[in-house]
Amino acid sequence: MSPKASTEVETVLRLTDITKRFGPLTANDAISFELARGEVIALLGENGAGKTTLMNILFGHYVADEGTVEAFGELLPPGDPRAALDARIGMVHQHFTLADNMTVEENITLGTQGLFSPKLDHTARKRIVDLSTNFGLSVNPRATVASLSVGERQRVEILKALYRDARILILDEPTAVLTPAEADALFRTLKLLVQNGLSIIFISHKLHEVMAVSDRVLVLRAGRLSGERKTAETNRQELAALMVGQEIAPPQVAPPRPGAPLLVFDKVSTARRGTGAFLDRVSLTLTGGEITGLAGVSGNGQAALAAVMSGVEAPSGGTISVGGQTVSDWSPRTALASGIARIPEDRHAVGSIGDMSVTENVIGERYRSERFSKRGLLDWKAARDFAEQLIHDYDVKCPSPDARIRLLSGGNMQKLILGRALDPDPIVILANQPTRGLDVGAVSYVHNRLLAARDRGAAILLISEDLEEILALSDRILVISKGKLSTPSSRGERSVRELGELMAGHAEAASHAA
Amino acid sequence: MTEALEILFTASFWVAAIRIASPLIFATMGELICERAGVLNLGIEGIMTVGAFAGWFTVYSGGDLWTGVLIAALAGAAFGFLHATLTVPLGLSQHVVGIGITLLATSLTYFTYRLALPEVTSPPKIEPFATLPIPGLARIPIIGEALFSQTPLTYLAFVSVVLVAWVLYKTPLGLAIRAAGENPSAVEAQGISVTAIRMGAVMAGSALMAVGGAFLTMSAFNSFFFNMINGRGWICIALVVFGSWRPGKALIGAILFAAFDAYQVRLQQLSGGVVPYQVFLMLPYILSILALVLVARRATYPKALMIPYQKGER
Repeated sequence: MSPKASTEVETVLRLTDITKRFGPLTANDAISFELARGEVIALLGENGAGKTTLMNILFGHYVADEGTVEAFGELLPPGDPRAALDARIGMVHQHFTLADNMTVEENITLGTQGLFSPKLDHTARKRIVDLSTNFGLSVNPRATVASLSVGERQRVEILKALYRDARILILDEPTAVLTPAEADALFRTLKLLVQNGLSIIFISHKLHEVMAVSDRVLVLRAGRLSGERKTAETNRQELAALMVGQEIAPPQVAPPRPGAPLLVFDKVSTARRGTGAFLDRVSLTLTGGEITGLAGVSGNGQAALAAVMSGVEAPSGGTISVGGQTVSDWSPRTALASGIARIPEDRHAVGSIGDMSVTENVIGERYRSERFSKRGLLDWKAARDFAEQLIHDYDVKCPSPDARIRLLSGGNMQKLILGRALDPDPIVILANQPTRGLDVGAVSYVHNRLLAARDRGAAILLISEDLEEILALSDRILVISKGKLSTPSSRGERSVRELGELMAGHAEAASHAA
Repeated sequence: MTEALEILFTASFWVAAIRIASPLIFATMGELICERAGVLNLGIEGIMTVGAFAGWFTVYSGGDLWTGVLIAALAGAAFGFLHATLTVPLGLSQHVVGIGITLLATSLTYFTYRLALPEVTSPPKIEPFATLPIPGLARIPIIGEALFSQTPLTYLAFVSVVLVAWVLYKTPLGLAIRAAGENPSAVEAQGISVTAIRMGAVMAGSALMAVGGAFLTMSAFNSFFFNMINGRGWICIALVVFGSWRPGKALIGAILFAAFDAYQVRLQQLSGGVVPYQVFLMLPYILSILALVLVARRATYPKALMIPYQKGER
């Protein structure tokens, strides 16, 4: 049917019964929906619910096993990104598809001209500049992509779609990599786009964003459409329940039963390196049965503190004692051997080896122990049993212990890392940004596990940039600023505003509060 | 000692340097195109052998010289097609396939040579490309003679550098090739087939390598014999790194290496047999390694080089 001007809602995109299976896993199960002109749909779901798969089918990266996609009344041939582009669908991928060695302009114009035309289109730059001023997407067209910040790269991705006159824009987890200020700028851009008649599909697992930007919310759970709501007629609680399948209860925090000091840093300093923050005579005591929260603006020495605590960096001065014993040769191995468990900040780069199997990853810290090696040879049966045990105990969704760990979603990978860290019953736990990038269900799971470890008597240091998380879990709160720690405050002792001032580096606020 | 320096100011030295550089320039440009698209082509040594034989044999069998060049290029492209089929859609290891192509192409060429010419003892000669001095320019002392008193194939080598640079940096196709070597998903997301770009690049690059081989039989030695490529292909792989994957810099590298080579021959004559000649033979390679260490340490590889791209893979 030709789209004619009418008062009726004009449907620009229609997905019908899309089903996609990866081996035994059904990633999308008979999903159907429609998108209207000028509408913003939020596609909400936990990690691994099938959101990205669905959009990759729509854009032609994957071929659906069943079902059809119609754009502007025309059926899209499956598995052909070119057809999606020609149908004026643009996609901003979660992992940017930009060539770092080329300029912004080159990335945007790539593929927009016939490949064999003898020269590049020199009117391109003016169009790019116009688009970026019109839609608040400021970026220098002549800059090399390698030199751009993450926020700028995302603007380039949006410009790529607009340069091709996209009428439907798909954004896959666009705010995952942005600072709050950049995210606000993105939302303003999206408003401008909708005013210009574009339709937007916004993929997210963050409820507040979904409530802020969308007209309608589709909730995916385990590959199925579990609910559809008008944003104006729903609330965060209802959406969270649809997404996870049950009500999420806030963590139940029992009163702490403090034990002995288990990890003591006495005037620990680290070497000054480049422009990064370093520790300056930091003294810190972690007590058993308590969670100590470390708040602070990123880049104020958290990384150095975590590196020292996990044994990766030896202090340049000061002493460290674990369980009452001073440790002299500080290294990752002595840290592990003295009972410190690490949940690293970056689960992909540091916490796991993507191309190795789940089994290999879970024994990574302990492969020398008697449990997993006999006379210098690995005991693969014990290792595999351990992996299966963790998969079961920590409710990890993964095809098999032999699967490469990078195929797991973020939440499942984090559960494995959590299991690896907690299984040996460590006396000290370093939890560095343990819930970054996780969905609601996984966050609550990680919190409850950490609380259980605390109630068992472990001393936990929780490093987080999320102040809400710190406030919810910590028995004591410390603030780090420019490599120095504030005096500790107990639960509820300092207000959010006071903590904020300490984070901003106002030392006098500390004396008021103390 | 002054004699050793005087060599650098003779026209014959520079003429020789440019002549030695010519096959390296062709093959380096060929390798550069492949690598810019993300495929390491270690078949280069074998593909040059094929080109050397195909060009020479065409002329030997009565074809004219330019037909020989064309046949050499087509034969190179055919082996490029084989290489690309195995490494691009099938995603096999580029190292293994490349070495396999070199072994296969080299042996097949020698085998064909023996089949075609079972009786000969000394390699038959052909009438090669003649020197074609460019009027006027060739009269400029030293530089003019070096650059403008060469065979047409040498001129073509320089044209190929300009052509490759122009395609890579000034055309939409070049954007796609460079993006395919850096981040293939960027190419895919813009609706272009990564497979087509990479296969095309490997075939075109292999054709250039084969013309480089043909230069040896049709513009330098005038006949085909065993082992005549003699590691030139491997040198070209180093030259691409030396040139940081840029055509202009790679050209300079090729001329530099050829100059070392021409220089060592002349030094051998000067030394009068006191120093073993093998020392001189080593010279260009040692200097190349030094140059590579100095220049290539900061080189930034195309990020997707040697990484097969499978559509829809996570």
